[in-house]
Amino acid sequence: MMRKSTNWPVTALIALGSLLILFPLYITVSIALKNPEEMARSLFALPTGLHFENFKNAIEATDFFTAFKNSAVVTAVSVLFILLTNSMVSYAIARNMNKKFFKGLYFYFISAMFIPFQIIMLPVVKETTDLNMNNIPGLIVLYVVYGLAFNVFVYVGYIRSIPYELEEAATVDGASTWGTFWRIIFPLLAPINATIGILSCLSSWNDFLLPLVLLGDQDSYTLPLVQYVFQGQFSTDFNLAFASYLLALAPMVIVYLFAQKWIINGITQGAIK
Amino acid sequence: MAKRRIAFYLMTIPALVLFFVFHTFPAIRGIYYSFTNWDGFSDNFDFVGFKNYANIFKDENVLNSYLFTFKYAIVVTILINVLSLLIALGLNAKIKFKNFFRGVYFLPNILSVLIVGFIFNYIFANVLPVLGSKLGSSFLSSNILGNENWAWIGIVIVGVWQGIAFNTILYLAGLQTIPKDLYEASSLDGASRWREFWSITFPLLASFFTINMVLAMKGALMVFDQIVALTGGGPGRATQSISLLIYTGGFQGGEFAYQSANAVIYFIVIIVISVLQLKFLQKREMEM
Repeated sequence: MMRKSTNWPVTALIALGSLLILFPLYITVSIALKNPEEMARSLFALPTGLHFENFKNAIEATDFFTAFKNSAVVTAVSVLFILLTNSMVSYAIARNMNKKFFKGLYFYFISAMFIPFQIIMLPVVKETTDLNMNNIPGLIVLYVVYGLAFNVFVYVGYIRSIPYELEEAATVDGASTWGTFWRIIFPLLAPINATIGILSCLSSWNDFLLPLVLLGDQDSYTLPLVQYVFQGQFSTDFNLAFASYLLALAPMVIVYLFAQKWIINGITQGAIK
Repeated sequence: MAKRRIAFYLMTIPALVLFFVFHTFPAIRGIYYSFTNWDGFSDNFDFVGFKNYANIFKDENVLNSYLFTFKYAIVVTILINVLSLLIALGLNAKIKFKNFFRGVYFLPNILSVLIVGFIFNYIFANVLPVLGSKLGSSFLSSNILGNENWAWIGIVIVGVWQGIAFNTILYLAGLQTIPKDLYEASSLDGASRWREFWSITFPLLASFFTINMVLAMKGALMVFDQIVALTGGGPGRATQSISLLIYTGGFQGGEFAYQSANAVIYFIVIIVISVLQLKFLQKREMEM
């Protein structure tokens, strides 16, 4: 068969296309490592000396470690609460779809997929400020709420494909509904938890709009917001700016390098379900 | 048994309470404010009825931001879907270093949109002009983001560069659900690759096509981060999206109530578009 051999023309096209993806990242890394004189000589050449002082300066200027800690806390805690609360309510809905209350709840939640955050952002910011929640805990609560529509949709679909028999056996053995959920259902949700965990993690980590409108205190700023705030100071010093961008992008890229296969498979799995 | 039933109700409470307090309640409050003249910080405001709504339909800035947002969303949705389908077909073919390339094409999806925007801002301002003047093109040697007529193309490029990643992975997942023997049968029949694509691949990807169109469109209609990083809405108001207008007018321009009315209208527009899109695409799925 012809098709068993490598298709070189397609390989070449795919390779060319991937250069378009990699070029901006190459520019980022190379500018972050250069100094202004090297930049003036050639924009595209590899850096000759490695100017790691750019990173040191960027870390000091933007207080990188504080922003990193904020982003890490917001992401980790919000993903944890998303997985716990969203799967729990989805379980209750999926097993009681014959009852009006739960069916109504299902449509109430998923109808929010049609309401992007921007539509309600003005009153939400007013409300969170009134409640003194214009801070990191407030941000976490909002991430838990705004993922709900999509997550309930995905979880309920998945839970309904799990057969009842396991739960019935547990009930006969005297397990409570809570016990059944934690010991039997939650472990079975592992593949879909991975999908939702990965997607929530990416969207919390990279989000810019919510921190922008919500966070009042500069000490609570997340990584993307810090890049925005420091943009004015960066404007004259591109090497410092790109070192800072690279530092902000690096944590996710490093995770991706190691867990790439797992991340892509996690998302693919969710898509086929 | 009663205990079991109570447990199920209790399980819904955390999500239900949070959702009502931070989603439904603000949404209702937004509608309430849209009938007032509140500027966002004063202590007092009055009811003005439908005045905000009436003014929005006469407001040229609102009209411009709608035109820009729709132009952007339609172009980006089409480009993302065509390109990511092509890339997915390429990645699904018998190529070398398949996993490596798959990893590269998905990479933009894990990066912050804002920071990607800043990087492209530099490329448009400092890298492309250098290339352009080497090529002797006067058009390319200026910063397109500074050009009122072409700045939106820069935003499209960033939106597509990043948006392709996720849709490619979804199409790739779709392609892997198509049974191999279908292709073997068609190649025995002597069908051309072109025929094969339109009569096997594309119809079997129909549901993935629907999802990808809806997702890409939804994301593009909300465009915000790229614009902040690339143009800030300029030059003038040439690239001011609806999200950006609600943000700047509502938080900085003293138009809290007015932009609340704008948001309510935009909400209705989005519902109409989503319903039409789903209806049209699902009807097409049925026919295939």
